[in-house]
Amino acid sequence: MSANLKPGDAVVVRNDIPTGHCRTPHYLRGRKGKVLSILGTFPNPEKIAYYQKGEPRVLYEVRFAPEDVWQGYQGASNDSIVADIYDHWLEPQNG
Amino acid sequence: MADPHDHHDHHHDHDHDHSLTFQADHPDTKYDLLEQAIRELVIEKGLMSAQDIQRQIDSMDSRGIGNGQELVARAWTDPAYKARLMAEPMAVIREMGIDMEHQPEVKVVENTDAIHNVIVCTLCSCYPRSVLGIPPAWYKKKAYRARVVVEPRKVLAEFGTDVPAAREVRVHDSTADLRYIVLPQRPAGTDGWSKDQLKPLVTRDSLIGVAPARTPA
Repeated sequence: MSANLKPGDAVVVRNDIPTGHCRTPHYLRGRKGKVLSILGTFPNPEKIAYYQKGEPRVLYEVRFAPEDVWQGYQGASNDSIVADIYDHWLEPQNG
Repeated sequence: MADPHDHHDHHHDHDHDHSLTFQADHPDTKYDLLEQAIRELVIEKGLMSAQDIQRQIDSMDSRGIGNGQELVARAWTDPAYKARLMAEPMAVIREMGIDMEHQPEVKVVENTDAIHNVIVCTLCSCYPRSVLGIPPAWYKKKAYRARVVVEPRKVLAEFGTDVPAAREVRVHDSTADLRYIVLPQRPAGTDGWSKDQLKPLVTRDSLIGVAPARTPA
């Protein structure tokens, strides 16, 4: 299933540990964030890494609050981590 | 015959072998061996010559921050150019004569009074090589990659960059198919400066976002 998201949408990164070459860093899995922008459509690099045809995937720019990612974050409250995450890693977060 | 290594006056209690003129810096890793094997096969099969490979290496080595300095200094002096650079960076970069075929997309993020951007790739060491050439060694180290997402303000302070608490520090983890270049803020005291005067103020570190552009002396 792939998400159909727009800027401003609240999302959760799938908390999954598939084997192989993933582009979603572990520290963001299971974390909630917000879509900043839609970066475009790219062939899925997780397939290309294994010489398979990479089906088109929408890439989202997702903003995370560091305090939602790290316990005891020592920065400013409006700091952010922004990562580029493919649609099949994102689920809409309701409420 | 005098041999520069013919030291009869001291003990040879050190661990290197004087019979070898050159000694490897470190033993070949499996990746060194893989690279050598592939390179030799490519040459043997006539896909590329050794000269072709050397030309590619030269071309990569000759790429530096000059392209980044040009992009930034022009954006500082020409608002229409800046708008295009932000909106369609690939078209602007191609117009500079950079071959972007088979190269990952490049995106430019702008530092403002509200946001300070800093770039990392926590998964490997993705860098806009097509435009800026080889990344600095620290950019590829685990220390930078692991720490800048956890304690960015501390890492920035180690680069001499103190970002006021009211300003958002935005760490871009380039996890996918885009490579990021920071458009630093134009330094104060440069009113009326030409593009060519501004270029030297654009440092590599300011294009990664670990430091602001240089302020004029």
